[in-house]
Amino acid sequence: MNWIAIGVTVKLAALTSLLLLVIGLGIAYWLSFSRWRWKFLVESIVALPLVLPPTVLGFYILVAIGPHSPVGRFYADLVGHSLPFTFEGLLFASILYSLPFAVQPFAAAFDQVDRRLIEASWTLGQSKFKTFFKLILPLSITGVITGVVLSFAHTLGEFGVVLMVGGNIEGETRTVSIDIYDEVQALNYAGAAKTAFFLLVVSYLVLLCVYAMNRKVWAVWPQR
Amino acid sequence: MAATLSLDCRKTFPGRLTVSVQLELPLDPPLVLILFGPSGSGKTTVLRCLAGLEQPEEGTIRFGQDLWVDAARRRVVPPQARHLGYMPQDYALFPTHTVAGNIEYGLSDLPQVERRRRVSEVLALLQLQGLEQSKPRQLSGGQQQRVALARAIARQPQLLLLDEPLSALDAPTRGALCSELRSLLTRLKIPTVVVTHDWTEALTLGDLIAVMSEGKILQVGVPQEVFSRPANESVAQIVGVETVVPGQVSDYANGLATVQVNGIAMKALAVEGIGPSVYVCIRAEDVVLEQAGSGMTSARNHLAGRVVAIYPRGVMVQVKIDCGFPLTAVITRGAVEDLRLAPGASVIAAIKAGSVHLVSRSVV
Repeated sequence: MNWIAIGVTVKLAALTSLLLLVIGLGIAYWLSFSRWRWKFLVESIVALPLVLPPTVLGFYILVAIGPHSPVGRFYADLVGHSLPFTFEGLLFASILYSLPFAVQPFAAAFDQVDRRLIEASWTLGQSKFKTFFKLILPLSITGVITGVVLSFAHTLGEFGVVLMVGGNIEGETRTVSIDIYDEVQALNYAGAAKTAFFLLVVSYLVLLCVYAMNRKVWAVWPQR
Repeated sequence: MAATLSLDCRKTFPGRLTVSVQLELPLDPPLVLILFGPSGSGKTTVLRCLAGLEQPEEGTIRFGQDLWVDAARRRVVPPQARHLGYMPQDYALFPTHTVAGNIEYGLSDLPQVERRRRVSEVLALLQLQGLEQSKPRQLSGGQQQRVALARAIARQPQLLLLDEPLSALDAPTRGALCSELRSLLTRLKIPTVVVTHDWTEALTLGDLIAVMSEGKILQVGVPQEVFSRPANESVAQIVGVETVVPGQVSDYANGLATVQVNGIAMKALAVEGIGPSVYVCIRAEDVVLEQAGSGMTSARNHLAGRVVAIYPRGVMVQVKIDCGFPLTAVITRGAVEDLRLAPGASVIAAIKAGSVHLVSRSVV
């Protein structure tokens, strides 16, 4: 088994889900509470990675962060090297790729929060910010955990975007799914089988957590 | 100028209702104002505008020196800055917090010692000791109502807003808690606005009442006055009880109370937990008129009186009688002719004990 690839993958997935927790909560809050009539435009953009082929998404990200785009040039001037085929570039792509997996469960959980409770909190002098942390977040905690876990699991298994944006650099951008592909190309089926089985077990365990938590009969969340 | 809460605003719900109200409530001494009316009359909207949860399109809301809403200048003070106690109809207790957590929720800007003190104070005031660590869903309806009140008053608000505070309770609990709520409001001395559609609650709780219908205020006054002297037919219909007179309960026996009204004894169904001072309330349609000297009926009360005035009301006729206190009856035209009723005529008013409602009278 290629432990270096596993290390890169876990690091990528952990950082992606962590950053998505911050970014996703903000976007989901806005999606759930905004009364803007054109909100659906943003909703569709957030959901785009669900239907777009990873190669298409990867292609656009590659172009967007490449040395010929303003974003890419700005980043290169700032840091000293360009984004494509680096871990940071891969992280950026992963965040976009897994965005709906975080935002949709978050927003669904926020939608479930009774607006009258929020109003009660306001009349008790609590700002919108405080109301979010004292009331909305505790009430939507299962949805938030679901979103984090799903984006983690989704990042573990990504292939197309990684190939387009990250390339295949050992210890930097070579993830588990790329490693499996390489092993198969080299006709090393035994190696591929081991890594594939590892990924299967981890993904299954992660989803097990999600479904166990969302099941009300289970006493995983006794506080509710 | 004495401090007042003044409200003059308009809010439209397209295709449904336009709420347009002008209202003044003196703040010193603090009074309890009842917003009274059938459902859909706009009472809750007025309350939500006061709370800052709903924005009027036109007009102003002023609380003492503070301008809360000035729609013309797009100026709105958010609910957080109004320093209110607001209790919505279904209480909106936070399910993730304990009883103590709910009460403490609005006190986060106070030091911890003060916070503890306030919480134990309101817990004692509302008899909630021992329930500090319970979650709202473990409580009975009456307990939830008290927790919601405790949470609203813990911040020592400058204005208390209660939306149908008793409607979520079952009838027996409601009667007892209504008197309790009145004595609590008297002790708190906080200006209060209460929304209700129940006339017994309005009489018990209110110092002033504003009768609302279809988004407008029809009459404002002292509850007993508004009830016994409605400004017009619509108010009379909304209120639905024409005779409201003060009385004293002198005796309880066999589930019946004897109540003295201007020296006249009447029988009424006993109501638990109301003091000797009561309002005696009788609906006009529950009064049966008989000719003087006729025989026995099942009604417990037979009051001899004299017809003061007769007003035609469509098919029905409203008869005002003086039987030691003013009493209103509604009977058919035919009955007026058969009984040969005319101003000055002697008549007996028969009222069943079950139709004489006793409502506890607020002692101010």
